[in-house]
Amino acid sequence: MTDQTVISAKELSLTFETNDGPVHALKDVTLTVEKGDFVSFIGPSGCGKTTFLRCMADLEHPTGGTITVNGVSPDAARKSRAYGYVFQAAGLYPWRTIGGNIRLPLEIMGYPKAEQDQRVARVLDLVDLAGFEKKFPWQLSGGMQQRASIARALAFDADILLMDEPFGALDEIVRDHLNEQLLKLWDRTDKTICFVTHSIPEAVYLSTKIVVMSPRPGRITDVIESPLPRDRPLDIRDTPEFIEIAHRVRDGLRAGHSDAI
Amino acid sequence: MRSIVPILTVVSTLFVIWYAAAIGLNAPWAYNKAERAGVELNFAALVSDTWSQDKPKLPAPHQVGIEIWETTVEMVLDGRGFSKRSLIYHSWVTFSATALGFLLGTGLGIALAIGIVYNRTMDMSVMPWVIASQTIPILAIAPMIIVVLNAVGISGLLPKAMISMYLSFFPVVVGMVKGLRSPGPMQLDQMRTWSATPAQTFWRLRLPSSMPYLFTSLKIGMAASLVGAIVGELPTGAVAGLGARLLAGSYYGQTIQIWSALIMAATLAAVLVGLIGVLQRITLKRMGMA
Repeated sequence: MTDQTVISAKELSLTFETNDGPVHALKDVTLTVEKGDFVSFIGPSGCGKTTFLRCMADLEHPTGGTITVNGVSPDAARKSRAYGYVFQAAGLYPWRTIGGNIRLPLEIMGYPKAEQDQRVARVLDLVDLAGFEKKFPWQLSGGMQQRASIARALAFDADILLMDEPFGALDEIVRDHLNEQLLKLWDRTDKTICFVTHSIPEAVYLSTKIVVMSPRPGRITDVIESPLPRDRPLDIRDTPEFIEIAHRVRDGLRAGHSDAI
Repeated sequence: MRSIVPILTVVSTLFVIWYAAAIGLNAPWAYNKAERAGVELNFAALVSDTWSQDKPKLPAPHQVGIEIWETTVEMVLDGRGFSKRSLIYHSWVTFSATALGFLLGTGLGIALAIGIVYNRTMDMSVMPWVIASQTIPILAIAPMIIVVLNAVGISGLLPKAMISMYLSFFPVVVGMVKGLRSPGPMQLDQMRTWSATPAQTFWRLRLPSSMPYLFTSLKIGMAASLVGAIVGELPTGAVAGLGARLLAGSYYGQTIQIWSALIMAATLAAVLVGLIGVLQRITLKRMGMA
């Protein structure tokens, strides 16, 4: 573990006790995420990718192993506001304007009013929503709402961004556009991003590191370090390198699937 | 404005039925009088008699209208708007008990709902009692409340307001429990990721989320409050209030008085519920939810 290690999980396990017996959502998951990494978690549903992300965010409590975030427990990291979390749905409050929604975590964290204004303006600019501050969520498209929710997660300047299928509900064209913007944002802000997805092209396009997971029990089957450059135009997806990585991810997914049956 | 034609159609149909029913129901008494006087009634005379009796079984709409006019506007013009014969006075008495009971009931309802949502013990224990409280006929328990409170020296407005409260807290509890629980797991998780305190989660998420539920409950609660206040006026010896007018009217067979009190009560309820509707529209509009 180095100074640069942001997330470190060692033999992490999480078992849910249900009426039909225990469910092993995670079993012996070991992974480190370095500062500035863009890590994608990919796998079929039930593979524990979201559960793993929720463990980092202290929304689930592991039943075995250890996990640290910024060198401390997830609970301490959450309380020190170390991460911003973007959920699958934008989850904006309908009774608050876009600006008001982004301001919400800042109000909760007790930032002074002037600084709130300045931060709201800055992150709105960052996600290309300047001028929409006074609009209500229903006046925006789904893609714009999701961008607003990303702005909200960025507003308090956490170094880590945890994203749980943030673009899962959007159509292909909007998703491509947001992926491109997310990469630019990551490049500009030097944040560490953990990104859950079930789309292979999305995972390969975005990540510096791709974590392939498989279900029953939820575990990591492959970790792929991407050789792609940091600067990635959308058409990088037609290059042989890209296709090769995508192939390896697909193989990993298939392998995990077959040995589960 | 397009709704004006259907509304007028329904209202005029009701009036036709009402007038026809007045003829039918009051005819026996009209024939009885005619027989004793030894005169033959033709249809025109029958109609005019059944629509103008002193103590009809069913007063005609215009009789009720005239009674209401005489006991409200005319008395105000005479400068006796607040005399004991004025319906305005009685409506005011009932309104004040309704309003106080409504406020108490809303307060109690919200407080219980917060308790139920935040406290597991209350969640398990309070709701059955809340439901049980509403299965007791209010007519049976109202005199008890009046008597008991009188025995400890509380009389006047408060006992009636307590009966109002008894009826109106129920819809508020049920609605607010549902409303305060309306934020989904994702929204609550989101608050957790920001390390929000329980108070912040309440004021910024749970309470605003519950607003649509609150206003729906308040409308039902307001109507229930009015019923409670009227019922509460019955066992107090018919001193004042619309309930007292109803009771006094039934003692002396003053059907016109009963009907005018009923119409006043209905109007009062419509106005009060309408006011909440306006408040709802303004609030939800300002919240961007309407």
